Amino acid sequence: MTPGYDLKRVDFIFQNESDWKDILQKSLSRPPAELINELISSELKGRGGAGFPTGFKWKLAADELNLIKYIICNADEGEPGTFKDREILTKVPMKVLTAMAICGYVIGSHQAYIYLRGEYFFLQPALNKAILEFQATCQELNFDFRIKLFMGAGAYICGEETALFESMEGKRGEPRNKPPYPTSFGYLGKPTVINNVETLAHTYTIFKYGAKRFYDLGVQYSRGSKLFSVSGDTPKPGIYELELGMSLLDFVHDFGDGDTKAVQVGGASGFLVPQKRFAETTIGFQGKLTGISLPTGGSMMLFNSSRSMYNVLDNYLEFFREESCGQCTPCRVGCQQLLNGIKAVKRGEKNGQYLDKLLRLTETMQYTAKCGLGQSVANSFSSIVENFREEMIY
Amino acid sequence: MVAVLELIDNLTDQYGRDRSSLLPILQGVVQQENYLSEYAMIEIARALNLPAAEVYGTATFYSFLEYKKMGKYLIRICKTITCSMKGKNQVLMTIEDMLKIKVGETTPDGMFSLLQTNCLGFCHMAPAMLINFDVYTDLTPEKVREILSGYLNRKGGVNDTRI
Repeated sequence: MTPGYDLKRVDFIFQNESDWKDILQKSLSRPPAELINELISSELKGRGGAGFPTGFKWKLAADELNLIKYIICNADEGEPGTFKDREILTKVPMKVLTAMAICGYVIGSHQAYIYLRGEYFFLQPALNKAILEFQATCQELNFDFRIKLFMGAGAYICGEETALFESMEGKRGEPRNKPPYPTSFGYLGKPTVINNVETLAHTYTIFKYGAKRFYDLGVQYSRGSKLFSVSGDTPKPGIYELELGMSLLDFVHDFGDGDTKAVQVGGASGFLVPQKRFAETTIGFQGKLTGISLPTGGSMMLFNSSRSMYNVLDNYLEFFREESCGQCTPCRVGCQQLLNGIKAVKRGEKNGQYLDKLLRLTETMQYTAKCGLGQSVANSFSSIVENFREEMIY
Repeated sequence: MVAVLELIDNLTDQYGRDRSSLLPILQGVVQQENYLSEYAMIEIARALNLPAAEVYGTATFYSFLEYKKMGKYLIRICKTITCSMKGKNQVLMTIEDMLKIKVGETTPDGMFSLLQTNCLGFCHMAPAMLINFDVYTDLTPEKVREILSGYLNRKGGVNDTRI
């Protein structure tokens, strides 16, 4: 490895969780406003990919006057290339449950759910056991808090928070219009805090060590560490906790196979970065920093020179076409037409300029689709087509 | 038929009769029956006091709620990018060859169905597949032959993994 290219590895998330009872007890004795301020000053942003400031989310829900509020842990991990949440729920489930209970204390909620994707059904027995043990402790502490496991049934779109509510309410997982936002009108119309598994695990770190330990990691606008799910053409696929704000070039030096042609950051709904852009791309949330900063749910897929970018795009579009909920036309028809379109170009039935038409279609989808799914198809489509145009045609 | 009715009864007792119990009830039926028959959906609608079309509309939205008769062992092989890059097609061909069925089909004895599915979340151990709810990773044609032989040998049903 070239000196100076060291990525900063961090070990918080999977650190021993045996002190969860202490953390829970300690947190429940602090004023809720103090806990919220701790979270806000840590500048933790949601780790599911969208990056909403977690402390503000909790504050918004805490300020709601409703007597019934809900907490939901979003474990519908479905973005291609992401597999970190399962690891958290397998290795340190007590951290997540503790964080949910602290959130319950902060916002005034007594009922929480974990929405676990159907593909992870095999986790159910272990998780239910952890929940039973956790609830027994809550009872000992005289803290009225219940957690239930809710199983998804194989729909990527249910990772979208309002689609997830619909699904839990026994309906098709079709996203709602926003606003109203979940913190005022969520599950069953009640104020709801919905956080990604990893976000909750980070709040545990913050309540344990204080905001500063977390804030000191990362860079401006992108504080703390993040789990990365690394897959594709790499000698060491797996899950790694790294400091945010790293350069993609450093990442590729560490994880690439020496022949990395491009990296897809953020899964099928993310961006493809070609080799020539590695140096100017950092991984973190968009801020006022110079250069390109890509937010991510943590999916990092590496492709070496043996891979056809046409096949990659074809695979992503097929994924979107199947997972589009079908509710709004730009996404339902757009995904079909994009897939048909690149196939027609590849077969030579349409010329290369047709790709520009398709690019305009993704732009329309970006503006008019109802939710993040349809809006984000443009990300991978345009970044792949613009950087590897010749591979789309020949 | 009677068995399904009894099952729906038990499930509504367990989960309640609110609309928010619909998914757990549908899942409960699929786990026992391997799929949702039209009859089962109509009876669930009756039990929850919902229009049957609503139950059908909800059930058919979710890829893990089968509404066509499926084999006892449902194989779902991941077709998303990393699994495809790491040799999914060879594994799939091996399965098709061993079971003599194509994707979307069920063996004549009703034992195996074969489907492709979207990202299972095992990209670091690709290719991956589910057989009912058991995960198999780092598949190769040799490995999948061994796994399927295991199922074929016990297909008498004593070790059914779908409980």
